[in-house]
Amino acid sequence: MTTALATRPETPAAVPEPPVRRRRAAGVRRELVGVLFLLPALVIFGLFSWWPILRGLLISFQQTNLVDPATWVGLENFRALTEDPLVGTAVQNTLLFVGLGLLIGFPAPLILAAVMSTIRRGAGVYRVLVYLPVVIPPVVAILLWKWFYDPGSGLFNTLLGQIGLGPYPWLQSSDTAMLSLVLESTWAGMGGAVLIYLAAMTGIPAELYEAAETDGASMWKRIWHIMLPQLRPVIGLLLLLQLLSTVQVFTEPYIFTQGGPDNSTVTVLLLIFRYAFQDGEYGQAAALSVLLAIVLAVLSAIYLRLTRSWSTS
Amino acid sequence: MNEPMATFASSNDRQRPAVFAALRSVQVLTLLLLVIAGLGPLYWTIKGAVSPPPELLSNPLRLWPAEPEPGNFASAFTELGVGRYLSNTMQIVFGSWAVQLFVALTAGFAFSVLKPRIGRYVYGAILATMFVPYTVSLVSLFLTVLHVPFLGVNLLDTYWAIWLPAGANAFNVLLATRFFDALPRELFDAAKVDGASTWQLLTRIVLPMSRPVIAVISLLAVMHSWKEFIWPLVVITDPARQPISVALVNLADQAPLDELIAAMAMALAPPVLVFLVLQRYVVAGLGFSGVKG
Repeated sequence: MTTALATRPETPAAVPEPPVRRRRAAGVRRELVGVLFLLPALVIFGLFSWWPILRGLLISFQQTNLVDPATWVGLENFRALTEDPLVGTAVQNTLLFVGLGLLIGFPAPLILAAVMSTIRRGAGVYRVLVYLPVVIPPVVAILLWKWFYDPGSGLFNTLLGQIGLGPYPWLQSSDTAMLSLVLESTWAGMGGAVLIYLAAMTGIPAELYEAAETDGASMWKRIWHIMLPQLRPVIGLLLLLQLLSTVQVFTEPYIFTQGGPDNSTVTVLLLIFRYAFQDGEYGQAAALSVLLAIVLAVLSAIYLRLTRSWSTS
Repeated sequence: MNEPMATFASSNDRQRPAVFAALRSVQVLTLLLLVIAGLGPLYWTIKGAVSPPPELLSNPLRLWPAEPEPGNFASAFTELGVGRYLSNTMQIVFGSWAVQLFVALTAGFAFSVLKPRIGRYVYGAILATMFVPYTVSLVSLFLTVLHVPFLGVNLLDTYWAIWLPAGANAFNVLLATRFFDALPRELFDAAKVDGASTWQLLTRIVLPMSRPVIAVISLLAVMHSWKEFIWPLVVITDPARQPISVALVNLADQAPLDELIAAMAMALAPPVLVFLVLQRYVVAGLGFSGVKG
């Protein structure tokens, strides 16, 4: 959308002024018809987007248990968060997931896409293969990897055992559990990024490479001085998209480890889920959600700014 | 289009034997890696689904079981209830798709063609929701679904609890509006001169020209709602109504390993098959929709 569709300039309605009296009734009618067509969006967004966002903010200052009417408690919910040692743990764990995800999962698709861009025959096969993990439903993928990670009869330990490595505890040790989650989610999410990088690489003008070659630039120099700078906006976007999605990690810790062992995989969203749906602490859950929302909104704002500058450049 | 894309490795480079050999071996290695990462898990799922559990434990590396048990698929389908869960998922996917398409197309039509005066404010308010991923309003959305304002109904354990919130997708509205914006205005004016009503303008002129954007929104909607986990987990507590994604997590603790893997195979088959059939459009859709993850 950012490339093809964003370019159409805003055209102000340049319709010549109609004879005023006769057209006024028609104008009101047109306005009503327009609102009528907006009604589905107004109702759906009103009830299930705008109101919950506003309400989440309100609940974070309230005590509510679904039965009695909610009471205002000021900053009590936020104060309760500071007293729960798990909040700090969850923030640290989430940052570890985000950080490991960047370390492992960020360069990989770029390198893969660079290799795939050099393929002249059979590129379609590579593309299908690289995107396959993305279409596997996350729950299935995670259960599958849970089976692979099994310390005793799992695929990974048996394979590594054949070459004399391991056995590794994977999900069962607080030292390696988070890394195991990151490996699976990197595998699961990489395909989309590879395809986006590839699409961006096709947009790099051939003349740039040719000119560099005539000037005697080696292949590595062409990668470093032409390909990477040309991809910079896309690299920035994918970086932010990955940050946005990894900060909200939930399904992996929920299914793989339920936050264990020793709370080493309790993430922020998992903690929100526990507060709300296991402890019934809706106010506290909403307070933590508000804090998470602030982080995400800042990231999204950067993202939107980048897309805008990218599509107009 | 048939010309190979320009890359850092030029035709001259490729004629140098050392570069050619290096490039070729990296390409082959990558292919090997992608086959392992892409097809490996799928093959291992099918193999696991027909293997007797003792063999999975005693000889996990065996490529194909000595005595395959294809009956596991049938018993998972009926005894574990995979058939029902798949049908639940399909109902959820279908309803979410319909609501998303309806909301996006009517809103896009209003914003782009009818342009009521409040349109720009509503459009802004809709786009603003992209800043707030729904995971952060998980709690308040849940409380809203428990008691919908004005209507006063409780949607918990009904699919409306998934269908209706699915429609609040700003990205779909954006796609539809941008697409309608690019349609030629002269057509609308001509239709109005011919006396077409607003409804006819939408159904006879705009929609028939909108197949690409309908396809993209549909594809995104179907793929997304098939994968959805956290929201159905929260709002569908009745085990008989759960979609396959939520049910699998419960089954994982109870079912025998081989039947569980058979159930997993059946849960991943539909999206994988749809992708293989439509792969050209999926890849194109990614390009079309820009960088939406």
